[in-house]
Amino acid sequence: MTDHAATDPGTQSQGLKSLVADWSTDQEAFKRVHWGKAMMWIFLLSDTFIFSCFLTSYMTVRSSTTLPWPDTSEVFALTIAGHKIPMILIAIMTFVLISSSGTMALAVNYGYRRDRRTTALLMGATALFGVTFVSMQAFEWTKLILEGVRPWGNPWGAPQFGSCFFMITGFHGMHVSIGVIYLTTIAIKVFRGDFERKGNYEVVEIAGLYWHFVDLVWVFIFAFFYLW
Amino acid sequence: MAYATLAEDLKELHHPKSWVGKYIWSQDHKYIAVQYMMTAVAIGVVALVLSDLMRLQIGFPGSVGFITPEAYYQMITMHGMIMVIYLLTALLLGGFGNFLIPLMLGARDMVFPFVNMLSYWVYLLSVLILVASFFVPGGPTGAGWTLYPPQAILPGTPGRDWGIILMLASLAVFIVAFTMGGLNYVTTVLQARTRGMTLMRMPLSVWGIFVATILALLAFPALFVASIMMMLDRVLGTSFFMPALVSQGQLLGYNGGSPILFQHLFWFFGHPEVYIVALPAFGIVSDLIATHARKNIFGYRMMVWAIVIIGGLSFLVWAHHMYVSGMNPYFGFFFATSTLIIAVPTAIKVYNWVLTLWKGNIHFTVPMLFAIAFIFTFINGGLTGLFLGNVSVDVPLSGTYFVVAHFHMVMGVSPILVIFGAIYHWYPKITGRMWNETLGKIHFWFTFLGTYLIYFPMHYLGLLGMPRRYYEYGHTAFIPDTAHYLNAFITTVALIVGAAQLIFFYNMITSYFYGPKAGGNPWRATTLEWQTPTTPAPHGNWGPNLPVVYRWAYDYSVPGAPEDFIPQNVPAFGTSRNHKT
Repeated sequence: MTDHAATDPGTQSQGLKSLVADWSTDQEAFKRVHWGKAMMWIFLLSDTFIFSCFLTSYMTVRSSTTLPWPDTSEVFALTIAGHKIPMILIAIMTFVLISSSGTMALAVNYGYRRDRRTTALLMGATALFGVTFVSMQAFEWTKLILEGVRPWGNPWGAPQFGSCFFMITGFHGMHVSIGVIYLTTIAIKVFRGDFERKGNYEVVEIAGLYWHFVDLVWVFIFAFFYLW
Repeated sequence: MAYATLAEDLKELHHPKSWVGKYIWSQDHKYIAVQYMMTAVAIGVVALVLSDLMRLQIGFPGSVGFITPEAYYQMITMHGMIMVIYLLTALLLGGFGNFLIPLMLGARDMVFPFVNMLSYWVYLLSVLILVASFFVPGGPTGAGWTLYPPQAILPGTPGRDWGIILMLASLAVFIVAFTMGGLNYVTTVLQARTRGMTLMRMPLSVWGIFVATILALLAFPALFVASIMMMLDRVLGTSFFMPALVSQGQLLGYNGGSPILFQHLFWFFGHPEVYIVALPAFGIVSDLIATHARKNIFGYRMMVWAIVIIGGLSFLVWAHHMYVSGMNPYFGFFFATSTLIIAVPTAIKVYNWVLTLWKGNIHFTVPMLFAIAFIFTFINGGLTGLFLGNVSVDVPLSGTYFVVAHFHMVMGVSPILVIFGAIYHWYPKITGRMWNETLGKIHFWFTFLGTYLIYFPMHYLGLLGMPRRYYEYGHTAFIPDTAHYLNAFITTVALIVGAAQLIFFYNMITSYFYGPKAGGNPWRATTLEWQTPTTPAPHGNWGPNLPVVYRWAYDYSVPGAPEDFIPQNVPAFGTSRNHKT
């Protein structure tokens, strides 16, 4: 790998050559990558296919259904101080989740600096953002259920609206909830100093990968379900 | 920070003290492999009995009292689903994947043994949920193994009350189990190989299992999503797959769903599933042929790339299962083309197996017999696949026994023959004892000739126009009497083949207790699993030091070498086949 770098520095095929070099050696295809990190990436790839299937199915039934699709900017509007503001709750939820990605990224950074206290605090903050997100989602579900939205029907049109809404946001919310438990567990372990023996804080980054993925999925749900 | 690879690191293994910890809640990949194999074979026997019962009804209608039309469809469904998922997928990936990957790569275990153990127990749970559906009111689902909606969840379909719910739940649980195992297999291959083991020195068995596992991790999500959506349709009354329809005189509450969406999701999983089963079989059979013909595999690099290309293409062909579903006819053009393209890498593999045998020092051992038999059945099933890949040929044949013959040849019998060959091949390493050769050969001839006699005539029945899925044919003008005689013949053979499997079980069980000691490397094979310090391999596999690999996996009959094989961990001494790695 290194001798390639020495022979032709700065050429365009440099990256390709070192990629080939990595994959043609023994032991590891991803050099100096913890197996847990590789495993998490592969899991996330698989999970991407799950969410892709959910979203593709949602688009298919949305075009196959015979009744009109409810107007999402009406449905997801909140009346605050006499003004009906479309998507306000969803906007806040999105903001909260994206902020949590920021704290998570900081936590990874402090983890590698072996600043246990700050890392654990930042992970705790991330988990709190996650809890906030799930709570707001619970509020949103409650509101829609009170307005008569059910998985099998709703007052405004296509029954698939409720089915897709509960299924997709439910599955995503489950991912966030699992993430909260996961982050809390790792944060406690970091705080206790469980990883001091080896001084290896890659677990924080691995948990971070999962969390960023859950955020990214939300962006797609937001775009395809709420904005469309 | 000092960085050590997993292979150098000697990651601590969890050494259990108690018997239960060692054999039941075992985290040793070899025990997990055996647990997977035993469970898969046990549920497979159930599916085998179901198939014989179905054949009794077709060959001798009404001869078995309890086979009502409902029971017949329940048997079809359970037979198909068990064989494809709970037997073949679990046995090839969960069983052989677990056993072979760490041993062939020189690893001590999978990278995450605890999750690997969980994978087995969750798999067992999915099997138990599936078996439970035999005992619930209404019995298991009779929707056909493809579970097409709307009929799968409509009143009147057998098992509509409980069977379908348990089936969908069991599938979802199975996918969770498989994901836990599959992540281990892929990561172990990528990140935990021993020193000297490059990707292009891996035995083809590992290549096949590796690519098949990637396919499974990307294809099972579609089935998972389809199961969840159908479960919601059935339990909560959503309309994902259900259009507005009238059933038994009543307008049901469904509205505006898309039944064909289920077919797309199902076959987006279902077609890669064919290769999830076939690729490990391709890989294993390559190793069996090279070892027992004492010759290097012909065109190793081509074999690897063929596996990878087949894996990639398998995601682009799914709708060739749907030519008669009413989808847009232009799709048929695309999917027929991509389907026929797959024949190219597949044919490369077949030619390479034959060229490996060419002028080889062929030992007709039982594993080799099964490997050669595989080539015969696979070519047969592959060629009829070319017929069915064309829209104009598939449309008239799709509802007939021609399709039954095709997919049983290509994805039923072929992988099963490889599995038998593989069990005979690795049994001495798993147990340390050798089976009885004569019984093995008897079992082989019954199985190979028997399955050919069962499925070959079905092509003819299909061309006659005999429809599949029928409970009883009666005396209709277009089905001649000879077809009924042929059906009776097929049934008789099927019963004999089913009974002949008892020879296999007898051989395996008695050999475990009374078989002669096999020694560490009875086949004089080159791959690492035969070079373990003791047989059966201990927990951790390799004793104090991991093996170091110096050559590819196929140094057989190298000129100038002292023996006709050079194990992968023998240092270079100037003699090797010309394989640059």
